Amino acid sequence: MRKTFINTLVELARKDERIFLITPDIGYSVLEVFMNEFPHRSLNVGVAEQNAIGIAAGMALNGLIPYVYTINPFVCMRPFEQIRVDVAYMNTNVRIVGVGAGFSYGSAGATHHSIEDIAIMRALPNMTVVCPGDPWEVSEALKASVDYKGPMFFRLGKQGEPVINNPKSKFKIGKANKIRTGKDLHIISTSNTLEIANNVCEILKTKKINAGLLSMHTIKPFDNKAVIDLLKTKKPIFTIEEHNIIGGLGSAVSEVIAESGFNPLFKRFGVNDKYSHYVGSHDFIRAKFGITKENISKNILKLIGKKLK
Amino acid sequence: MKDLIQETKNIRKSILLMNHRANASHSGSALSIVELLTVLYFKYLKIDRKNLKDNKRDKFILSKGHASSALYATLAEWGAFEKSFLDKFYIDGGILPGHVDMEAAPGLECAAGSLGHGLSIGLGMAIASKYQKLPSRVVVMISDGELNEGSIWEPLLLAPHLKLDNLTVIVDYNKIQSFGITNEVVNLEPLGEKLKSFNWHLIEIDGHDMMQIENALNEKTDKPKIIVAHTTKGKGVSFMENKLEWHYRSPNKELLEQAYLELN
Repeated sequence: MRKTFINTLVELARKDERIFLITPDIGYSVLEVFMNEFPHRSLNVGVAEQNAIGIAAGMALNGLIPYVYTINPFVCMRPFEQIRVDVAYMNTNVRIVGVGAGFSYGSAGATHHSIEDIAIMRALPNMTVVCPGDPWEVSEALKASVDYKGPMFFRLGKQGEPVINNPKSKFKIGKANKIRTGKDLHIISTSNTLEIANNVCEILKTKKINAGLLSMHTIKPFDNKAVIDLLKTKKPIFTIEEHNIIGGLGSAVSEVIAESGFNPLFKRFGVNDKYSHYVGSHDFIRAKFGITKENISKNILKLIGKKLK
Repeated sequence: MKDLIQETKNIRKSILLMNHRANASHSGSALSIVELLTVLYFKYLKIDRKNLKDNKRDKFILSKGHASSALYATLAEWGAFEKSFLDKFYIDGGILPGHVDMEAAPGLECAAGSLGHGLSIGLGMAIASKYQKLPSRVVVMISDGELNEGSIWEPLLLAPHLKLDNLTVIVDYNKIQSFGITNEVVNLEPLGEKLKSFNWHLIEIDGHDMMQIENALNEKTDKPKIIVAHTTKGKGVSFMENKLEWHYRSPNKELLEQAYLELN
């Protein structure tokens, strides 16, 4: 996703002189394509995230559109109060771009993991929270971001995520994309678990279960209507995210369900309020937290089996 | 410069009246920057009163947002908005909050209230102005206590590296912060040497001498400029000067009248 991000930003910057890239000294071997083509629109502020956000807000007040890029926890947690005041409260057109959703930085350790970002960013008034599920959504969301009013947060995966969406689909910030229509149950995924969610649907298909899949690429503004439409089918709903189950996609969907009058079978799959102390790759840590196609489909089968009894 | 004496008196009276009426704090922090704000708005900043959003304008950020009453009073005196706005400070249904809300009134460039934010924002404006080839100059005022914030030192390090000659920082060195004498809470000294070693163009002045303020602002340099303005907390009202309690107190009716007598 990070390659798609920077390549799309280069394309957009060719057409719009307001686009600026700021990094607090992260993005070596990723950002150069932009920095080489637009040296006067690139700024490495040094390892100083608070400064990066404040500078971005100042630039936005001057009419520019700054994209601040670094590893996710460093872009949205270290300078959180700058984001709150200079970006959200002042409603500036700053784009906060965090690379490394969930456990993407696997072996680097928990300082580099990001399992609380959606929760804290969606609690900020004015903030739009975009969590693309595949490179196509990254590219579409970025294109939409240029003329979008107000602050935005982008939660990117890292590298190698496949395209799951049909690239001919339409994309709109705040409107979920339907990947599969389901007859028996519905899965909603956000951010970098879209591939896993799609594979869960494939596994369920082998068990003759027809599962729908929604890519909830925008967590705020939340597509309440898409969830209500699923609720109307009266089928079970499951959420999948590589984020704490407190405050993320699962919470957002729960909120809609709780006020909807419907009472579906519902389960959140995600990180169960624990930091990783494991050493290992992204996939290794995902497996430790049960964020795998095998574990999730097994649990879904168990849950709907119980329901059938 | 004689003509601006009356403006400083009017601004001080407004500050005292606002804080009295609202029972608000930070009178002393507001009074120490009156001459600085007066020279900035009446002599230095190129801002068109009739077109406050013109992108070519100079920009002023009050990072020490707790002194908002001084900024509001100066903007009203200068003509950014009606003086009647000052009656709506800090009260139920008011217009002007205790710490600056950018949307509250015309002429406010930036929210402020949490310390250590304004300098990065001003730095961003200065960088943007260079890139956009705008003539805008950016002035940021910080407090001495604010220099305790780590986030101030990030832009202090970066601005000289970027050789931004369109950025000026003013330190209101009134030497008293929330819990006491600034250099007893956390010693900033030798402050001038620190800033000079960071490659800023340093000027130290008496922050109540308007000629010195104007000269410092106009001094030519190809580096970012930092003006350490030695000021007196509570300046202009004898019983408030250099008193920690006036970081918090607002004058009652009797003290307000006494202060007015002194200012007249």
